[in-house]
Amino acid sequence: MSEPILRLDSLCKDFGEGLVLNDLSLDILPGEFLTLLGPSGCGKTTTLRIIAGLERPTSGRVFLEGADVTGLPPEKRHVNTVFQNYALFPHMNVFQNVAYGLRVLKISKQEQRERVMAALALVRLSGYERRMPSQLSGGQKQRVAIARAVVLQPKVLLLDEPLGALDLKLRQDMQKELKQLQRQLGITFVYITHDQEEALNMSSRIVIMHGGRIEQTGTPEDVYEHPRTLFAADFIGQSNLLHGVVTAISSDGITLDVEGVSLPALPSDTFRPAVGERAALCLRPQRVRYGSTAQHGMTLRGIIRSKEYAGGMQHTQIALNDRFTLNAVTQSAELDSYALGSEVYVGWSIRHAPLVPDALGEAV
Amino acid sequence: MEDQQRRDLRFARLLKLPMYLWTIVFVFVALLYVIGLSFLSRGEVVGVTGEVTLSNYARLASPDYLKVLLQSLKLAALTTLICIVVGYPFGYLMARLNPMARSVVMLLIIVPFWTNALIRIYGWRILFLANGPLNTLLLSLGLIKEPLKLLYTDGAVLLGMVYALIPFMILPTFTTVDKLDFSVVEAARDLGASPLYAFFTVTVPLTLAGLMAGCVLVFIPSMGLFFLNDLLGGSKSVLAGGLIQQLINSRDLPMAAALSVLLLAVTGAVIAVYRKLGGSGDMSMF
Amino acid sequence: MKKHSVGSLLFISLVLVIMYLPIIVVVVYSFNANTARIPIAFTGWTTAWYGKLFTGRNGFGGALMLSLRVALWSVGISCAIGTLGAVGMAQRVVGQKYGWFDPIMESLVSLPIMIPEIILGLAFMVIFNALGLRSNDMRLVLAHTTFCIPYVFLNVKSRLVGMDPALFDAARDLGASPARVVRDITLPLCRPAIVSGAFLALAMSLDDFVISFFVYGAGEGTLPIKIYSSVKVGVSPQVNALCTLMMGAVFIAVALSRYITSVRAARKKRLQTRVGG
Repeated sequence: MSEPILRLDSLCKDFGEGLVLNDLSLDILPGEFLTLLGPSGCGKTTTLRIIAGLERPTSGRVFLEGADVTGLPPEKRHVNTVFQNYALFPHMNVFQNVAYGLRVLKISKQEQRERVMAALALVRLSGYERRMPSQLSGGQKQRVAIARAVVLQPKVLLLDEPLGALDLKLRQDMQKELKQLQRQLGITFVYITHDQEEALNMSSRIVIMHGGRIEQTGTPEDVYEHPRTLFAADFIGQSNLLHGVVTAISSDGITLDVEGVSLPALPSDTFRPAVGERAALCLRPQRVRYGSTAQHGMTLRGIIRSKEYAGGMQHTQIALNDRFTLNAVTQSAELDSYALGSEVYVGWSIRHAPLVPDALGEAV
Repeated sequence: MEDQQRRDLRFARLLKLPMYLWTIVFVFVALLYVIGLSFLSRGEVVGVTGEVTLSNYARLASPDYLKVLLQSLKLAALTTLICIVVGYPFGYLMARLNPMARSVVMLLIIVPFWTNALIRIYGWRILFLANGPLNTLLLSLGLIKEPLKLLYTDGAVLLGMVYALIPFMILPTFTTVDKLDFSVVEAARDLGASPLYAFFTVTVPLTLAGLMAGCVLVFIPSMGLFFLNDLLGGSKSVLAGGLIQQLINSRDLPMAAALSVLLLAVTGAVIAVYRKLGGSGDMSMF
Repeated sequence: MKKHSVGSLLFISLVLVIMYLPIIVVVVYSFNANTARIPIAFTGWTTAWYGKLFTGRNGFGGALMLSLRVALWSVGISCAIGTLGAVGMAQRVVGQKYGWFDPIMESLVSLPIMIPEIILGLAFMVIFNALGLRSNDMRLVLAHTTFCIPYVFLNVKSRLVGMDPALFDAARDLGASPARVVRDITLPLCRPAIVSGAFLALAMSLDDFVISFFVYGAGEGTLPIKIYSSVKVGVSPQVNALCTLMMGAVFIAVALSRYITSVRAARKKRLQTRVGG
């Protein structure tokens, strides 16, 4: 196993109004595209700023390639940041912006020129050297900010919601480009976003943060398919969250009572509830199957309540009883012919409906 | 590791140091010195004796001084009021002019603003002389039989005060009205408000910040403009500023200091009220 | 925009006429050929007063030089002190919170332009006398610098407040030390504010009468002091000429600065429309 390039050890941060980071520990491996994902206020930006040296943790340590850099100021760390609103120096042109870090390092004019040109070519902005930041579009500013950071060949590149200010189409293009750039450079990326789709598309590993803590760490597939907490399940993608109480445990699995309906479930590696404990099933709408016969384990009975067509997908609401409704999503190509009010059989593969602790009182 | 942080801190302190030192010596200590002086008693001929006393403040409460102080406050208040009545509508109407007319008017307002008040007041002095242009004009028009006494009157002083200070009311008012989004006024009109009702219920509250800043910028200096007395008012209507000057001339420095402390207190009170009402801290509207 | 009502135009014109009445009087009288001791009657046109302005026993040359000397020194010192102070107060040291001291100092710094001038005048007078400071130049420069600092400080501060703090973070992130950030980023970006603060301070210094009057010892004084003592007793045709020149200078300066800002704004607008392409 390779050594982590960056190690965060029990970071706590308190701005005087409660803990913003609460005992956060994380190992980041060389070459990773790691995304810190979470809602605003979850502590992801603070984490990034502590890594950059722009903020100091109340307690805990930061190690870069094994060396403790906790007390080092930002200018002495081999990490660079792409700031949220680009933070391009408005009084310098594109070339001067990108060359700034090299100029501070007193690198020869000749080498500065070569490296800046290479960095600008990398972000496909050759020929824009003389432009001022005010003469660039949002996407171009973004590229300059990236070039300015990568020209210094940082050990880790930190990106603070770099695509947040761009419109949807440009954002999707930049996602592909960033991912490609990361592969090309082989630099470790630590990327911050509150957009779960962005995280799923780009990352090699996702860290879901909530309330200053890490909720779950894993590959995009892992966190999507196997959420370990109610928050993770709710934050990533759409889910039917079925809250209930464990009524029986057998060698085959667990029985969960949800609003009077008994549902089968499997315990996970991290969560093995006892009888009487509260738990929730996370069921993706795409995993819900329904039909007119009780085949493929479709053993529950429900009534079609509503149908909506949206962007190539069919959204169906199926009521199992008065208090218990499931959302299902199917390709509109397999558009069903069920009328509203018709009775159907409903079911899903229990391997695709992970069980998580049902934290009571947690606002979801 | 930690000393890195200390170095950053030392750098920040180094940048602030000259300004802080200067301010402490020439503002803080200087004002403390004046306050201290106000508790000393006057020397036989010049200077002060080391005797600590409250007699200067007792004298401030005497009828003679009280009369001057009240008159000074009244004049300052009246000046502010006239500046509001004339300056606010002016600033408002100016902001509503078309761009071309507006920049011309702006230029015409800014030039007197930047011209020494002494010079502008001096112009009035010439105008008001007994055999000056104004009287000559009125006489030749047959409106009056003999020259009016214009100079050395309370009215002349009031006019001079308003005249010297009105740009300080016009400019902040103009700035806030100019920034006002007039669609909210249109919304009020759309909801059935008459133009006047909309003006008083929407425009005025939304431009109150400029109006308040203007009041402070007019009221505070109006208490200290001592040269107006000399040029327009003679010594008949003594203002607080003029009184301080007279006390200095007669070498009664402790009494001048006591009066200054009082003026300082009034200023502090005005600024405190201004802040309480939500005015912004600094008045850098220039 | 709708047509302006007659009433509002009338009101604006009336106020402007009253505002310019005394100014016009001064300008007209500066060309008055009357040589009486109190020359009120207008007896004919002459430009003689302008010729005698800076020369002779009653010339204003010395006062003008003193005013300029004091203003340049005060502006220079206050620019350095005020700018560094504002930049220093905006420094955010990682892991360091704002204490109680800085806010207090901040209001103290701007105090000189908030309180009636006469108080500061008295304060400086008694302190300089107590210190035995005799040099008029020194007394004036110290006093003027004190009230010039707030103009520079407030100008630079409001510029700094409007700046994106990420710019400074970015420079640190790219390897610059705090001093380097100040040199490369903060000061260049503050330059317009420093320049406008300096002009404001220059104008205030040249304009100041009250504080100078109290601080100044014996002699003919700065330009405003000399004007004051010339007109206190009567009417001085030389002062009329001087005032006319001063107002002319102010008019040209203001018109020029407004022209420059409008040209700059137009250029900026043109740049921004070009970005779209």
